[in-house]
Amino acid sequence: MTGNSLSDVRMQVMWNRLISVVEEQAVTLIRTAFSTSVRESGDLSAGVFNRGGKMIAQAVTGTPGHVNAMAEAVGHFINDIGRDNIFEGDVYITNDPWKGTGHLLDITMVTPSFRGGALVGFFACTAHVVDVGGRGFGPDANEVYEEGIFIPIMKFVERGTVNRDLVNILRHNVREADQVVGDIFSLAACNETGHRRLMDMMGEFGLADLEELADFVFDRSYNATLERIAALPKGSYDNVMRVDGYGSPVDLAVRIDVHDDHILADFDGTSGPSPLGINVPMIYSKAYACYGLKCALAPDIPNNHGSLAPFHFAAPKGCILNAQHPAPVAVRHVLGHFIPDAVLGAVHKMLPGRVPAEGSGALWNLHVSARPLQGAEAPADGGRRAEVLLFNSGGAGARASLDGLSATAFPSGVHSMSIEATEHVGPVIFWRKELRDGSGGAGQYRGGLGQVVEIGAAAGHEFHFNAMFDRIDHPARGRDGGHDGEPGSVTLDDGTRLASKGRQHVPADRRLILSLPGGGGFGAPDKRDPDASARDEAFEYVASK
Amino acid sequence: MTKDGKQIRVGADIGGTFTDVAMEVGDAMHSAKVLTNYTAPEQGIVDGVRLVAERAGVSLDQIDTLIHGTTLATNALIERRGARTAFITTKGFRDVIEMRTENRFEQYDLDIVLPAPLVPRNERFVLNERIDAHGNVLKEIDEAELDALVEKVLAGGFESIAVGLIHSYVNGAHERRIRDALLARRPDLFVSISSEVSPQMREFQRFNTVCANAYVKPLMASYLRRLTDSLKAAGTTCPVFMIHSGGGIISVESAIEFPVRLLESGPAGGAIFAAHIARQHGLERVLSYDMGGTTAKICLIDNQVPKTAKTFEVARTYRFKKGSGMPISIPVIEMVEIGAGGGSIAAVDAMRQIRVGPHSAGSEPGPACYGRGGDKPTVTDADLLLGKLAADGFAGGSMTLDTGAATGAIERDLARPLDIDGTTAAFGLCEVVDENMSNAARMHAVENGMELADYTMIAFGGAAPLHAGRLCEKLGISELLVPPGAGVGSAIGFLRAPFGFESVRSAFLRLSAFDAGKVNAVLKELAEEATAFVRSGAPDAVPSLECTAYMRYAGQGWEVPVAVDVRDYAAGEVDVFRKGFEEVYEQLFGRLIDKLDIEIVSWSLRASSEAYPAPRVPRVEAKRRLEAAETRQMFEARTAGFVTAAVVARAELAPGDCVAGPAVITENETTTIITDGQEAIFQADGCLLVRSKA
Repeated sequence: MTGNSLSDVRMQVMWNRLISVVEEQAVTLIRTAFSTSVRESGDLSAGVFNRGGKMIAQAVTGTPGHVNAMAEAVGHFINDIGRDNIFEGDVYITNDPWKGTGHLLDITMVTPSFRGGALVGFFACTAHVVDVGGRGFGPDANEVYEEGIFIPIMKFVERGTVNRDLVNILRHNVREADQVVGDIFSLAACNETGHRRLMDMMGEFGLADLEELADFVFDRSYNATLERIAALPKGSYDNVMRVDGYGSPVDLAVRIDVHDDHILADFDGTSGPSPLGINVPMIYSKAYACYGLKCALAPDIPNNHGSLAPFHFAAPKGCILNAQHPAPVAVRHVLGHFIPDAVLGAVHKMLPGRVPAEGSGALWNLHVSARPLQGAEAPADGGRRAEVLLFNSGGAGARASLDGLSATAFPSGVHSMSIEATEHVGPVIFWRKELRDGSGGAGQYRGGLGQVVEIGAAAGHEFHFNAMFDRIDHPARGRDGGHDGEPGSVTLDDGTRLASKGRQHVPADRRLILSLPGGGGFGAPDKRDPDASARDEAFEYVASK
Repeated sequence: MTKDGKQIRVGADIGGTFTDVAMEVGDAMHSAKVLTNYTAPEQGIVDGVRLVAERAGVSLDQIDTLIHGTTLATNALIERRGARTAFITTKGFRDVIEMRTENRFEQYDLDIVLPAPLVPRNERFVLNERIDAHGNVLKEIDEAELDALVEKVLAGGFESIAVGLIHSYVNGAHERRIRDALLARRPDLFVSISSEVSPQMREFQRFNTVCANAYVKPLMASYLRRLTDSLKAAGTTCPVFMIHSGGGIISVESAIEFPVRLLESGPAGGAIFAAHIARQHGLERVLSYDMGGTTAKICLIDNQVPKTAKTFEVARTYRFKKGSGMPISIPVIEMVEIGAGGGSIAAVDAMRQIRVGPHSAGSEPGPACYGRGGDKPTVTDADLLLGKLAADGFAGGSMTLDTGAATGAIERDLARPLDIDGTTAAFGLCEVVDENMSNAARMHAVENGMELADYTMIAFGGAAPLHAGRLCEKLGISELLVPPGAGVGSAIGFLRAPFGFESVRSAFLRLSAFDAGKVNAVLKELAEEATAFVRSGAPDAVPSLECTAYMRYAGQGWEVPVAVDVRDYAAGEVDVFRKGFEEVYEQLFGRLIDKLDIEIVSWSLRASSEAYPAPRVPRVEAKRRLEAAETRQMFEARTAGFVTAAVVARAELAPGDCVAGPAVITENETTTIITDGQEAIFQADGCLLVRSKA
């Protein structure tokens, strides 16, 4: 037995342990968070980094938008704080969309980890908070200044002492201040949990630092990723996908160049910036582009500096996927969620039969502000005001040998919330939330079905909502002869058509009806297995003929 | 009944491979293992009871009580062998059980398949009715529509009907109306309603639970009736009781009505077994560790009571991954189950790392060393190569393990691809599976806000004692107990369970709008329901009541369990609840949050008869250090090399005997490994106490 191979076993055990450390970090955040999107829907991420700020491990719990984004963010923290200004007991914070994860609503916190007085690494985590002031979670701002308070990279805790001035400023600039401040403390606690577990682990294995382990992780992951890339047919593959945008359509153009030791995804040809908040900072575009590529090419290799290194990205400065400050970016997730589909379209040209058809892509997030009616119609008990956030998913694209998933988020990793629980949060009534018959694109493999959501205010109330919906004018396209999915629509129950983006009103006696888009089909419909077609009819997945 | 004045009690556990029977005659325990009979599971029990009665020298009519637990209901869900079931729900919500949580349980796999709903779309029916979050009726049932619906459902020829309506956990009137209308037409129909099966908020979980209940109900009713009949025919005269998922005993009649409560009743028996040992040894913090051929189960037992939860997931379809199964909302002994057993198969992945499980070679074809056609390297094969298992004497001497086959499989699938030697590969395999299990235990502890360092491990199940010592080292646990009878631990556990039942309700209450009347009404209702279940098995019992309020800060999504007294509360007693919550929250998360309102989301109340007596077993310290006559080479993980280990037969140990590691303690059903840094002291009740060397 060689010493080398034994130490490999030890390294592998430590690597697994490190992944379990960051998983504990993420679970602590979910257990203590206030923000609905974190606690109910898993909109968060957590990871551990070496002294140089390179990510060694990331929690599996979390959503792809933060992949790579957080990995890059830690480098910004080290630069902006300054190496000689990093002390034991510090905690750093930012919600800078360009150095964090793309909009002000995500707060990223970084904690340096010291052992025996020496810096050994960093813990970082990101979460979507309830509010950051400004216009709230919607697309209507023209500049990032309108979207809420901007916290540059700074110290939230310096050598154990919390920056009370920052807490005070935050308290006076956000709605639901207690919950937002509560979430910030939860983020700090989550890093602290990670740090404590890491100390236990280093004690157990007798480690003075993480560098040797980090190198092992990076090496193994980098080489495994390179092996996958080496097996790909060299060349350039491109794709353009058009989606609704806000006011005018947006083209997402991508070219994938496969080189010996890396892959470049270049977004040259993508539309220019929008005057409204659907712009995407590059850090977030990269995260979703990387997610799309990893799903298709190296799904089983964990995310870390080594496995992410061979993926390179480029986008012209100022295009809508590389928006520059002070562009508005609050609902950057809408276009961000379409990037994997755009990328997969190019991958399909490289590896036909490996990736799904286009799907509904962006989540249909519904932010409802319910208010009691005033005057004669006011409810006897005065009624309630409430902000209600709900995630809804359309249909995913069909796969090369499987139907698409119905009403299932892709690429986002979030969960939906219970209707019953949501009706306890505010005075709203859901009258319908079920699959939308006939919305999946026909094909040898059918696209996933969208869904229909019908919502009204409780008696004596009315509501406004922030629309941030897409694929109403540009449905998900089928692949290889598969048909397009049905486009979405936003209406009132009397048939009135509403806009797909922006703040709108639903009167007390009306209901809002969201019809979510379906996924595209894969392969020609006449090749569909007759049993599958018969089942589609029996189950009313297809519109009755 | 009874023999020589001694009570005779029988526990019977039907598992995937074996049916275990434990018979207690006074203080003496007898056991038997027979193969599970898939076509007539009741026959396996009758055979096992006959066998063990013969060994114990008792006749079947002398048996006083038989307590039964089974994975049959779980298997029916996994294998989809239930009844043709219809589901009736609120108009607009036909697809709740199909849309699930709208997410993917594995983010990077583009080809996942979501589990199909238990009831397909064309067998789900809707009624235009609606109740709001406060229980007010927004839309009344139209009688003509209900009649037409009943007609349509009956015409479908379904064996069993599930009814689940929105917000029925606060007002079940509409569900009862539907049930009455169905039974008025067909009194023999199986009807399950969600407000009775699982009155908890969250429609996906509740609807799925009522569907699962309806789905297994005809099957379980038929099985339980056959069981009681065959036991009578075989000559028993004793009553038969069932163990439920929450670890209590209920009558067969209750089990027939709510068969979903029988899910995971076998593993629950294991946790009760461990809890009983904890009581005997006076241990406040115990981690129970059960490892068999396919999976390992880990459960926290604090203050000698297994931890329970209100919801769990069964029938996971993707590497035991969270979210890939179906949620069931009933009180259950909470445990984590991972794909790590003696038969778990190892392979090399893309990063040139060893991965173990979750696929298991099971008993057929089994690990390579079984010589039954299996050619994949498994945990058992590695245990053999590392000297933890001996080739002969396996399974009580009934089997000789094939070292050559084990070496071949490990060489071919692990050592050669990794370019390392076979021993290092076997060591790697063991370390990876041990690390998987310890990571699962650690995660489970953190999800419960616990530190494992001050826990004692209790290990049972065929494979657990082989790995428990190393697990303790990895988890920083300093004390391990390996009880006698570990091979049939669950069946023994059934005999230690109280008559008990836990009732659960969602009943939302903000402390800023505290309503003592509402609290008192909920507590009264829960107490009456749970007590009635206990009395159905133990008519004279005066059950003790324990209540938990699930509380959180308004705005949070996760509740913490807060113990509350069962009594009438006065209007001004809101601080009792506030203080209780703050104490628990601070202990779990370290820091309270000022100025936030607190809310109670749901309640659970457990009624149970007196606990089974567990006389304290005084700790025996080392009196005699054994010098082993026999030794063998065994791999030691901490020093990563072979050492000479003592080999000792457990049957020859007397209380106070101390075996210093490295050592192997052998018995019929399992083998206990004592690592280099540990020693084992034989206790008065037959337990092995393993701890770090003094």
